[in-house]
Amino acid sequence: MAAHLSYGRVNLNVLREAVRRELREFLDKCAGSKAIVWDEYLTGPFGLIAQYSLLKECYLEGDQTSLYHAAKGLMTLQALYGTIPHIFGKGECARQVANMMVRMKREFTGSQNSVFPVFDNLLLLDRNVDLLTPLATQLTYEGLIDEIYGIQNSYVKLPPEKFTPKKQGSGGGKDLPTEAKKLQLNSAEELYAEIRDKNFNAVGSVLSKKAKIISAAFEERHNAKTVGEIKQFVSQLPHMQAARGSLANHTSIAELIKDVTTSEDFFDKLTVEQEFMSGVDTDKVNNYIEDCIAQKHPLIKVLRLVCLQSVCNSGLKQKVLDFYKREILQTYGYEHILTLNNLEKAGLLKAQTGGRNNYPTIRKTLRLWMDDVNEQNPTDISYVYSGYAPLSVRLAQLLSRPGWRSIEEVLRILPGPHFEERQPLPTGLQKKRQPGENRVTLIFFLGGVTFAEIAALRFLSQLEDGGTEYVIATTKLMNGSSWIEALMEEPR
Amino acid sequence: MLEATELQLPGCFAALSPSSAPLATVPFSPFSMPHSLFRRAGPVAEPDAVLRGRARCGRGPLPDSLLHPLFLGAVSSVTASGEIQKGPGPAFLSLQMSRIKGDEEEYWNSSKFKAFTFDDEDDELSQLKESKRAVNSLRDFVDDDDDDDLERVSWTGEPVGSISWSIKETAGNSGSAPEGRDQLKGRNSFYTQLPKPPSTYSLSSFFKGKEWAELDLGVSSPCLMDYSNDWSPSDTVRRLRRGKVCSLERFRSLQDKLQLLEEAVSMHDGNVITAVLIFLKRTLSKEILFRELEVRQVALRHLIHFLKEIGDQKLLLDLFRFLDRTEELAVSVVFVSVGSLFTNLPFSAEDSAHIQDHYTLLERQIIIEANDRHLESAGQTEIFRKHPRKASILNMPLVTTLFYACFYHYTESEGTFSSPINLKKTFKIPDKQYVLTALAARAKLRAWNDVDALFTTKVGVLTLVLLRLLEREGLRRPLKFSNWLGHTKKRAPIGFHRVVEILHKNSAPVQILQDYVNLVEDVDTKLNLATKLKCHDVVIDTCRDLKDRQQLLAYRSKVDKGSVEEEKIDAILSSSEVRTELKWLALQGHGKEYQYCSGPAGH
Repeated sequence: MAAHLSYGRVNLNVLREAVRRELREFLDKCAGSKAIVWDEYLTGPFGLIAQYSLLKECYLEGDQTSLYHAAKGLMTLQALYGTIPHIFGKGECARQVANMMVRMKREFTGSQNSVFPVFDNLLLLDRNVDLLTPLATQLTYEGLIDEIYGIQNSYVKLPPEKFTPKKQGSGGGKDLPTEAKKLQLNSAEELYAEIRDKNFNAVGSVLSKKAKIISAAFEERHNAKTVGEIKQFVSQLPHMQAARGSLANHTSIAELIKDVTTSEDFFDKLTVEQEFMSGVDTDKVNNYIEDCIAQKHPLIKVLRLVCLQSVCNSGLKQKVLDFYKREILQTYGYEHILTLNNLEKAGLLKAQTGGRNNYPTIRKTLRLWMDDVNEQNPTDISYVYSGYAPLSVRLAQLLSRPGWRSIEEVLRILPGPHFEERQPLPTGLQKKRQPGENRVTLIFFLGGVTFAEIAALRFLSQLEDGGTEYVIATTKLMNGSSWIEALMEEPR
Repeated sequence: MLEATELQLPGCFAALSPSSAPLATVPFSPFSMPHSLFRRAGPVAEPDAVLRGRARCGRGPLPDSLLHPLFLGAVSSVTASGEIQKGPGPAFLSLQMSRIKGDEEEYWNSSKFKAFTFDDEDDELSQLKESKRAVNSLRDFVDDDDDDDLERVSWTGEPVGSISWSIKETAGNSGSAPEGRDQLKGRNSFYTQLPKPPSTYSLSSFFKGKEWAELDLGVSSPCLMDYSNDWSPSDTVRRLRRGKVCSLERFRSLQDKLQLLEEAVSMHDGNVITAVLIFLKRTLSKEILFRELEVRQVALRHLIHFLKEIGDQKLLLDLFRFLDRTEELAVSVVFVSVGSLFTNLPFSAEDSAHIQDHYTLLERQIIIEANDRHLESAGQTEIFRKHPRKASILNMPLVTTLFYACFYHYTESEGTFSSPINLKKTFKIPDKQYVLTALAARAKLRAWNDVDALFTTKVGVLTLVLLRLLEREGLRRPLKFSNWLGHTKKRAPIGFHRVVEILHKNSAPVQILQDYVNLVEDVDTKLNLATKLKCHDVVIDTCRDLKDRQQLLAYRSKVDKGSVEEEKIDAILSSSEVRTELKWLALQGHGKEYQYCSGPAGH
């Protein structure tokens, strides 16, 4: 069970076991017979997962509790996996978490941690440093599933129509299932592990290739002549059945997604996003956004685009900002002024100050926009957004090679301090690096991470000459919509 | 009682106990559910509400939801903050008490939870009685237990609830003072002698790994002080942070309280900060509290958030007045309660225009709503009879209101409140927005004349008549004329393809659609639209104008056999004008087209 968690260099099952044990102990404290109602959403590979998008708390309400918990979580990780010798960070929250960790370590000097360190580096990234990435539409398979249907604790609910089992000649198919089809998505499923991080445009070919392999495998039964051969075939049957089932599911999902991605509106939206991210016309009122407002498209979609434009222009011109605000308030209601205020406080929507647009500098230095993207066989992380390379992941990539010193200037433009801390290890635990051995870096996204960013990091881990493996921790798995939603002021 | 017994209250007691260690030590806390509830429940719960809620847990059936382990977590966190409020506890005693059903009612009916608050007005005697009775009933409950143990759990100021947990903590804490061990034994005996139901078995006995003790990160000496009352502010805060019970009432002087607050703030744990703030809010006068918080911004933000969560608008208003930050509040108040509060609040310059608009809009809506409701019920007005209103217009966005006005009050003169033009002027609605909304409303009513008028620039009556005549005269080629007409006289601020879309959505007749499709300037868009909407004439004429024979041939298969359109296509295909043109094309090297072109020509 959950074998996919233990494959990597870092055995995540250790953490899982620790949490489980904790839960059992907790239950054990409740003496007597117990009536436990399990929410099936919580029974995924990690068991209990609670999520925060800290942006609202930290930046709007000035509440640092989630940072405190993040720091505590990191201390726990260190208790399990050993002290992490290097800590890097960028952003205000990252600085604070690092401070708390140092402080907790000081308070806890009594016992030396004697676990051999698994991680070489810790990178703390504040979501505030990279507001752009979550706003863009993710284009990996998993990312799109999340964008369109929303993945909740590794479960997704899908419209059932495409999943009706093909029945032949029974009842005329009157009883269509009305309940949403619920699927668990994680790397325990072989096929999903293969396609989850691919650009959606590359998923189709993999699926059809798989289909051919499976049907070929089933065809082999005709070749099975001897009893031994038949026996061998039968023994493989369960595995093949499972593969076929999973293929059928993902083909259906891919069809559902394709319906959306081929729609005109999706294409238009994507075009506008890509224009913004490559720096085209970010300083005037965008026609498509105006149209969306006029047609009363979902407010979240509109806000996402407006925020994207604002971020890609280091803030909108006052006139443009006022225009959008006015249109939004007039069309969706004046009460949304609170939401707009929240977005402004969080820095997602703002007026340009000083009349300087820093984004082009950042884009060029960090190579955030790549014109030639190979979606089928990617060579760069920009494939996850079909052109845009997520800033956060680029920072991680540059940290491992050649180091942040080369991009000091850009780091200064990005909000929040950047820093480096060292946690000295006792001599016995210091690692002697084998030649060719990869470093392991733990990246902690404070404030949430998108599936596309995870895909990009997995891609970096798999690069042969990458030299670094990444383990990702975060306070929340998010996408632009859930993010904006969290920032919206709900009417009371 | 059913649920309560099922849950086996001693267990529940453990789970509810404020110092529930698992909560405090679930590794990797951002991932763990209990904390999230902790966060939620902590600040939200108002002290009194907490106490009431807790009382209910103790005496009566537990709500079903509480059976969920995660909710147990939530409950315990609530009590954590509640406990801070009310000091050590009768409430926890009561949980145990509830096992003795006989005593229960009496206990609950008579108990006072204010035993340890300072602002209590009851005389101390009755409190003492109360506590004595509580202790006595406890004696019944653990009747064969040592007296020593009883003393430990009675009113030394030490909450009973922490006992079971300090066992765990001390157990995990190897090599501490021997005296601590002795205490541990005693306490263990207290706890283990509780009758356990047969179905209980210890899960954790399977999993008692020694590394687990290490995981219990922050646990060290402070738990030895469980029985002393003299924690320094920093110790108190540290205990609070671990979710343990401790009384804040000991901190009497302002200096102490402020030190406590500062310690809490330096921990960054919002639950602790909020807990201390609740205590301060209760025990300090407003003026002093505000004054002190003004120089402590972190704590101030927490208090503001807390007040927002519990909806204490009055205190919030006082606070903002004190801080001179009224505009911030004003915005939020407006949308919480639309009332007389509204106008006399100061707003930031940026927001005030929007707020003023909002106010004006609401005023309008109230007038319109009253008026129209009257009209509708009178049943005299045709439009309301034909299209009864679906919902009240109150609190709708401006654009929706405009749509409403265009739907029901389109022809009204500019002077009335409900006239669309008046709305447009009052709120400075941009042309685009106005045209779109009006178009949608009129198209929905199928008032095509109004639609026409929207896009027709004002021309003299005579010109209009002339144009109409021309149009009628040119019946053979009406499209050419209307095209010419459109280019000169029809303008839309939104692009005609959008107009066509809206018209199509409202199922406008083909003739009308065609007129507007023809007004689309970009030829490709026009062709696409016309093909999509089956405006055959437009497609055919456009192809003819483009001299695109191939497309025309392809389109021939799409129209009905033997229809007027087919004839028309055939006529064009065989007409000499097109043929020569295509021959010319063929000479350019389009051999295939030449084939096509010679085909129909032969007929």
